[in-house]
Amino acid sequence: MEREDVKSILESLLLVADGPQSVQRFSEVLDGTNKDIIESTLRELQNEFETENRGIRLVEVAGGYQLRTPKANADWVKKFLGGRPARMGKATLETLAIIAYRQPITRAEIEAIRGVDVDGVIATLLERNLIRAVARKDVPGRPFLYGTTAEFLQLFNLQDLSQLPTLKEMEEISLPEIPTDTISLDQLEEN
Amino acid sequence: MSTSVQLEIFEGPLDLLLHLIKKNEVSITDIPIATITEQYLATLELMQNLSLDVAGEFLVMAATLIHIKSRMLLPAGDDEGDEDEGVDPHDELVRRLLEYQRYKEAAAELEQRDVLTRDVFVRSPTPTEEVGPRGFREVSVFELLGALKRIMDRLPKETVHEVALDKITVREKMTFLLETLRAHGSVLFESLFVEIKSRVEVVVTFLAMLELVKVRAIRIFQEEMAGPIMIEAAARMDEAAEQVAIDETGESQHGA
Repeated sequence: MEREDVKSILESLLLVADGPQSVQRFSEVLDGTNKDIIESTLRELQNEFETENRGIRLVEVAGGYQLRTPKANADWVKKFLGGRPARMGKATLETLAIIAYRQPITRAEIEAIRGVDVDGVIATLLERNLIRAVARKDVPGRPFLYGTTAEFLQLFNLQDLSQLPTLKEMEEISLPEIPTDTISLDQLEEN
Repeated sequence: MSTSVQLEIFEGPLDLLLHLIKKNEVSITDIPIATITEQYLATLELMQNLSLDVAGEFLVMAATLIHIKSRMLLPAGDDEGDEDEGVDPHDELVRRLLEYQRYKEAAAELEQRDVLTRDVFVRSPTPTEEVGPRGFREVSVFELLGALKRIMDRLPKETVHEVALDKITVREKMTFLLETLRAHGSVLFESLFVEIKSRVEVVVTFLAMLELVKVRAIRIFQEEMAGPIMIEAAARMDEAAEQVAIDETGESQHGA
């Protein structure tokens, strides 16, 4: 397969792909084409879109590559699609931030930080697939522990959680230790 | 704090406190408790005057502030008897405020990013035969009640008044519903009532269903107007199942 072919094929796959696609996946579809070649070709495409100031950009998000529109065109795209003001409320955003930084975290722990009930917000976030129950905490009542999803990364244009903006330092507070008293839901489901 | 107060929607007591701290241009670690408490209470009063629903959390915080204020009136060094109280409420409040503010800032930073469907967009997925979203529509309450009535009408007339000894609880029915959905994924609304012979049980089943919809454990929908009504598992199904199980244990322990 010629390099130009690889580029052309990748561009087609990116166009029809539903959600970000991994280099691994592209390599599989292209009959095991070396991942380095896939990766460098994707970068080439990425550069072309950028330097030619095209109306699409190749973005690395949620562990894969995805075609997205550049921010500069947002207003036109919005006008074209028709107004759907899916604004995220303050409460939702705050709760999501707490879950993102402190995952896995229980509802009670979120409430302790926010100082208010988060029932409705959690339901909304679960419904929008931005969070999911990842495990149960091994304490009385065995509450669910929540974590963020790939959709969360996609929504905020993040490659992975390490890309989250750094939390402001605060001398009085130390970050919690990663809990060991948890049981993975996947484990539970296997049983 | 009389007429010039501009009331914002506060997410909670911590949010309100942070707002007051900022407004007074003081630092979180050095809160003028008397002033802040006064303004906090004034805001609560205003909220109540405007018939806004003041959540219990706001009142708990008011009590905390008053507690801190009263402690500060005690002579310094007189901390006998405080030892069993554990954490100093003032320190604890500062800690909570700092922590809350931290996530508030993190949320603001997240919002600055290129947010999907606000700043950047992806191609809309093409609906395909198999995987595309089917044209589900939500079922209205009237349609549901209509369906319930049809089921009631089918029941044999209860000519003899029976005193049922084994009571069926809504909770039991919720568990049953969740188990059925876990096994089958989705079921026909009517099928849930096929084996039921008593009106009470129909009603209990219906209530259990509504309860599960409320906690978003199940979804009720139909593919077309007046089409068959379907029930399927929703986002919070597992959580609801767990909650029902907990409640059940709690109930049996109380000998209900």
